[in-house]
Amino acid sequence: MFEDVADLYQQVILDRGRHPRHAHRLDRFDATGKGDNPMCGDRVQVWVKRDDAGAISDVGFEARGCAICIASADLMAEAVIGHDAPGLRALSDDFAQMVRSGQSASNAALEQLKPLGGVSDFPSRVKCATLPWQALMGALDAPDETEAAHG
Amino acid sequence: MKDNFSPLDLLALRADFPILSETVRGKPLVFLDSAASAQKPRAVIEAMRDAMEHQYANIHRGLHWMSERTTEAYENARDLTAILIGAPSRDEIVFTRNSTEAINLVAHSYGRGMMHRGQAVLISEMEHHANIVPWQMLRDAHGIELLVCPITDDGDLDYVAYERLLASHRVGLVAITHMSNVLGTYTNGARLAAIAHAHGAKILLDGSQAVVHRAVDVAALDADFYVFTGHKLYGPTGIGVLWARAELLDAMPPFMGGGDMIGSVSFERSTWARIPHKFEAGTPAILEAIGLAAAIRYVKAIGFDEIGAHEQALVDHALARLSDIEGLTIIGRAQDRGGVVSFTMRGAHAHDVATLLDRAGIAVRAGHHCAEPLMRRLGIDSTARASFALYTTKEEIDFLADTLLRVREFFA
Repeated sequence: MFEDVADLYQQVILDRGRHPRHAHRLDRFDATGKGDNPMCGDRVQVWVKRDDAGAISDVGFEARGCAICIASADLMAEAVIGHDAPGLRALSDDFAQMVRSGQSASNAALEQLKPLGGVSDFPSRVKCATLPWQALMGALDAPDETEAAHG
Repeated sequence: MKDNFSPLDLLALRADFPILSETVRGKPLVFLDSAASAQKPRAVIEAMRDAMEHQYANIHRGLHWMSERTTEAYENARDLTAILIGAPSRDEIVFTRNSTEAINLVAHSYGRGMMHRGQAVLISEMEHHANIVPWQMLRDAHGIELLVCPITDDGDLDYVAYERLLASHRVGLVAITHMSNVLGTYTNGARLAAIAHAHGAKILLDGSQAVVHRAVDVAALDADFYVFTGHKLYGPTGIGVLWARAELLDAMPPFMGGGDMIGSVSFERSTWARIPHKFEAGTPAILEAIGLAAAIRYVKAIGFDEIGAHEQALVDHALARLSDIEGLTIIGRAQDRGGVVSFTMRGAHAHDVATLLDRAGIAVRAGHHCAEPLMRRLGIDSTARASFALYTTKEEIDFLADTLLRVREFFA
């Protein structure tokens, strides 16, 4: 009966949705950001840690949402490691493009996120996949908590 | 297909709704989202088209045949609406865009115009955002206290707490749903009104859901304000109703200013038209009012006793079938309930459940249903909601239950 949802709910998405590996807040972090979908009540918060060069070294998240949203956040947490702010913005744009169009992203960093491309056939669910990225972009725009602490 | 537990001839009724013969991704449409917006019978579609094709002009102003006939049709919608809800006078029916606008009208005109700093508005934990946010805006702009009456874990209003809140605060206005869009709970409107009045408060009932499933009589309820919307009652979008006692409407200042709501206008001052026109500024939703009139005629011809009995049988059947599904929890166990059943499924978010149901052709709503505070009260993020209408069949509910078993397997 559900053969035609196989593209949306690929095994990796079901697995990550059920058992995410990064669904926790970071004890030590440099910035945090939130994403809200007021239409359905979904909410994601991400915490990021940066290395000395400004590249992401760790990401954790808490999500109140569906399998797509949680899997997307969990895969994102791995894909963004090593990227600096400009790189992250480009990744976020490429990811949004991929889940809207269904076209695979050329960006190699998004290789593991390809299973989420199936969302493009479900317009009402695209926002579920992009919400964690919205939270991440919020963290980029947020004042750096470490710097703030140091005045 | 005379339903074995229903007095309605469902096959004939379903044929009145052209959209019900549509397919979704090659599967028959199973529309279980009527509480969000109901489908439209041919009578409504044709009434609106006929008006546009044969009898349309602006109303209340033209001295010509077309305008006079259109004014009659528009005002006839007011007559039918008054009869539908037992309003003592047709002048007490104000057309708005929807329930939300009707509540905002009351919050603005009655709230700012006739309530005083230090008085309270009392709502409940199971209100739609439309019956929360306007009162928060009133609170913040006008120094009104906002009180929230709790519900029981079964999803009934806590009538003891309700009376206690009225006794211990200066409540000027109660604003409570007549039927919850999430839990299906019918509140006892007459009891709420009697208690409110005993403590000197007025009462507004949000009948957006209630008016669809049962006959409503505002005089028997002894309410002061009653609001509902046309599109949930098989009518078009863009037309809603505020009923209020004539003496309240007379005393309330206008909500919006403009044409159609004035007595006379000069640059120094204007005077207001008599009710209900005082509250209908600008060209109203003429075609939509004509559509609403057709919808009212349609449901009255079927009869609310019959509709109510049919939907009660559907709810009972749905509760029985869904209760049998391991891992599925029904949200709301009120004694008196209408055609709405919310549920959660262990191991699957409501969005994921809804997406899979959609692939089987079943339309349900999933999310917080514009009732975030209620979700918080219940300790959940979201539910899936199946809602029923006069055209819903027992077979559709069986199909929902069978499909949910497969959804559970999918996410197991």
